[in-house]
Parts: sequence; structure tokens; C-alpha cells
Amino acid sequence: MADHIRAVASLRDVTKKYGPVTALKEINLDVRRGELLAILGPNGAGKTTAVRLFLGLARAEAGQARVFQEDPRRYSNRTRIGAMLQVAKVPETLKVKEHIRQFRCYYPNPLPYPAVIEMAALEGLENRLFGELSGGQKQRVLFALAICGNPDLLFLDEPTVGLDVSTRHVIWDQIRRLLGQGRTVVLTTHYLEEVDALADRVVVLNRGVIVAQGTSGEIKSRTAQRKIRCSTCLPLADIRGIAEVSNASQQDSCVEIRTSQVEPVLRELFLRDPGLKNLELSNSTLEEAFLKILEDENAQAEEMTA
Amino acid sequence: MSSYATAVPSSPASRSFSIYLTETKYELLKFLRMPAYVIPTLTFPVLFYVMFGIVFNGRQTIGSVNVSTYLLATYGAFGVIAASLFGFAVGVASERGLGWLQVKRASPMPPAAYLLAKLLVSMLFSGIVVLALMVVGIAFGGVRMAPSVALSVLGTLIAGSLPFGAMGLAIGCYAAPNSAPAIANILLLPMSFCSGLWLPLPILPRFFQVIAPFLPPYHLAQMALRLVGAPSIGSPWQHALALLGFTIGFLLLAQRGFAREDTRVNG
Repeated sequence: MADHIRAVASLRDVTKKYGPVTALKEINLDVRRGELLAILGPNGAGKTTAVRLFLGLARAEAGQARVFQEDPRRYSNRTRIGAMLQVAKVPETLKVKEHIRQFRCYYPNPLPYPAVIEMAALEGLENRLFGELSGGQKQRVLFALAICGNPDLLFLDEPTVGLDVSTRHVIWDQIRRLLGQGRTVVLTTHYLEEVDALADRVVVLNRGVIVAQGTSGEIKSRTAQRKIRCSTCLPLADIRGIAEVSNASQQDSCVEIRTSQVEPVLRELFLRDPGLKNLELSNSTLEEAFLKILEDENAQAEEMTA
Repeated sequence: MSSYATAVPSSPASRSFSIYLTETKYELLKFLRMPAYVIPTLTFPVLFYVMFGIVFNGRQTIGSVNVSTYLLATYGAFGVIAASLFGFAVGVASERGLGWLQVKRASPMPPAAYLLAKLLVSMLFSGIVVLALMVVGIAFGGVRMAPSVALSVLGTLIAGSLPFGAMGLAIGCYAAPNSAPAIANILLLPMSFCSGLWLPLPILPRFFQVIAPFLPPYHLAQMALRLVGAPSIGSPWQHALALLGFTIGFLLLAQRGFAREDTRVNG
């Protein structure tokens, strides 16, 4: 219940279908004030649909989307929200400054024009036509349009897709700055690195259902797997025979072993192969945790349909 | 933002006026920088008029007016229809189909500002086309009309942007960005010919005189013809009512097309 009160935006029992395709199925999701919530998932998982529902651009078949406790389509809500969506093409015969001026005038308390230019790193590009910009510059203009209304709540739908590393970091820095000012950000992404760098909380979507949520640390520990790499003369079949080993594979000249119990496995390995060398231990990354979650989910789904 | 003072909020009324003004200004700039729209819109009706209305048929008469005067009314209608149909169909189809309209819909922009800006720009281009035709007609086609008549022809034709803008809007709400110009052309050319905009209806086979009243350009042309003193059919009120009916029909169609947007599958 406490979550409901603190939530600046929420989806309640939301089901959204596109014809025969169910994009989201009975989703419950809260966005808490001041956090960065990352929505993570493969293509077609329902990430963009969730954002479209929050923005009032799509209507749910069942359940409801709420922003600031009200219908997202309300004018008073739209003035407090910014959105960066995936756009194939923006009118190309307007200049950068014209696009920004046009959007600023929609809002009652817009950011000053120089602040928008500075935050989106658009200095020197203001007089260029949109059609003449590079991909990264275009994304920065879209980011500028998302923040120019001085929003309390910002939706970023894959904001850094296809961007070079330096532009990605420009956008990350500005997202951190906005969070530092107490604003709330909802971000969808494919990049786990982005989630690790920015997110307070992660929701993993797959096939329209939430399959995991928590901090990125919690998501990682859900798989609780660690990795052992070493050079050994033991055959793979023998390693897989060790009780706590969940998987072992040959990686170039090394063997990679996955286990939730590192110490007993290591003891057994040294016992069997005293000449074992090049030992490395690592925690699973968010990416591995994410892939593991999806793997388990998809295996489960296949079992059910079989 | 911490390092910048936010602007003082302006009053809702003056702000909403400034939204409409800004939207119209940038809509106009956007089109002015697009030669692929401006050049055909402004030159084709004038070229056709010079060819069919002045060079070939200028001395003949229809009723009490010469062909140049008759065709001034119908090519004026044609110019207005083309400008409005293309402005809306191509603009809306590409902005909707390529995702730009979503960004605007997520903002607090009043939807009416988007539509009104497009309508005002269509009307401006329509007005320029009609004025250009009048200048050419008066200078080279022996067209004579009182200033008050010229003004009422201009006003009536410009108002014609509304039904054809609505028609373009309907096309824009259904067509894919790449196919919208082709669809607009496929509708515009036969519809204009069959309504007697290129060649006077009285000299066309009877078949055309029967089907013309079912086509919206016919009604706009008849209103303009009556104003220039050429033979016309029906009362202006009938035609205005027919155009209003078409406008409502196209707007309903556009709304249905627009609602389909929500059913598109994406991530």
C-alpha cells in the first residue's frame, strides 16, 4: 500500500492487446518518486507498450494506467511529463532551435532555452536543419524536446540505441543530473550496462509479463551463480560430475565452470588435478542474470505448451 | 533546473494564442523549405490555366463569359484542392507514420493547434494560387471582374481548403508515408477532371454531368462559377451544404483511421 502512495505513475492489472497479440498481460507496475526505473527486456517484450500506456498514447483493454493519480491524457499531467520516443523521422526542414522553441511554447514553465541547449549538448548545432544532423545529434535533439518542458517525470524509450559511447555518456550524465534534482525517470533499454550505471530499480519484461524486479544487485543474486575459469587436464565430463557444478564448458584453452558453491568445487578440482592453473573467479554480470532469467522463462513456457 | 531560473509562467490565454501562432509559423517554414511541395502547388495550376484557358480557348465563350474567365474559376478550385489535399495527406501521413505525431501527442500541444496550423498554411498557399491565376487571367486572358467579385471568388475558394484539407487528413490517417502522395494524386486527377475543373463540364459527355455532383470538387467549382457570372447549376447554399457534408464525412473517416494507430504492434 505504501508503494501506491509514493507511486508517481502506475499500471494496475493492465492487459494490452494488438489484435491477436497480447503485448502486456495483467501487469502491475509502480514508478516511485525520484527513482530511475529501468524496464528491461528483449524486442517485443512490451516495453514500448508500457511507455505508450503511461503517456496515454494507447488504451488498455483491461486495467488502468495512472500518472500523478490521474488519467495520463489529462492536460495538467502532460505539462509535467517529458517523453523521448523512438521516432523514425522528425520534420527535417526545421532547424534545431526552431524545434526546441516550438516545443518550449507548449509548456507553462519551460526550461530556459540556453539550459536546454546546454543539457542536450547542442551548442553550435542550433542553426542546423534537423535533416543535416548525424544520428547521435538527432537523438540529442529528441532528448532536448523531452526535457524542455521542465518535467517532473521523464519517459525515455531506448534513448541511447545506436549511439556512440561519448553521446551515450552525455545523456547518462544529464539523466543523473535530473535524478539529482528529484525528478523521476522511466527508461527502457537493451543495454544492461546502462541499467547497471543508472537504475535504482529494474523490471524485467518478457512476452508481456514481468519476470523479475528489484535492484540490479537483487536481479544478479537471483541467479546466484559464480564463474570459475581455469586451465586443467580434467575432461569436461568429470567436471560436470562434481556435485555442485551446474555447468561446465570449454572456452579456448580454459574451462568455464558455473556453480553456486565455489569453495567445495574448488577443493574437489584441486584434489583431482593438482596441476590446475590460471584460476579466475567472477560474479555473474547483470547480463548473465538477465539471460538466465529469460532462458528459464522460455524453457518454462515451452514446457507448458508441449 | 538548479543553475537556471525558470521562466515566469505566462497567462493561459496568451500562452495558448502563442502556441497557435508558433505552430502556424513553423508549419509554414517547414513547407517553404520544401521545394517538392511549393513548386508544383504554385506552378501547375497556373501552367494548366495558361495552356487550356488562354492559349487554346481564350476567345471562345461559355454563356456570357469567355473561356478564360470560366476556367479561372475552375482552375482556382483545382489549385486550392491540390494545395490542401497534398498539404494534409503528405504531411499527416509522414508525421503519423514515422512516429513524430506521437511525440507531439505526448506533449501538452492542443491537437487543434496542429490541425489549425496545417489548415491556415493550406489556405495561404490556396490564396496565393488563386491570386496568381487572377493576375494571369486579367493580364493575358481578357478576364474582367469587379474588385468585389474578385474578393468573393478569392474568399470562397480559400474557404474550400476546409473540405479538401479534411479529405487530405483522412488520407493521411490511413496511408503509409510513402504511398500518401500517390494516393492523393490518384484521387485528385480523376476527381478534378470528372468535376469539370480542367475542361468545362458543358462540353464534356453527359456521363460526367451525371457523376459530377457526387464529387466534392464539383460543388466548389459551381460556387466559384456562379460568382464570376458563368453558367452554373444549383444554388450556392446547396453546394456549401454538400461541402459541409463531405467535410464531416472526411473528418469521421480520419478519426476512424487515426484510432487504428493504437492497434499497431510494437515493442
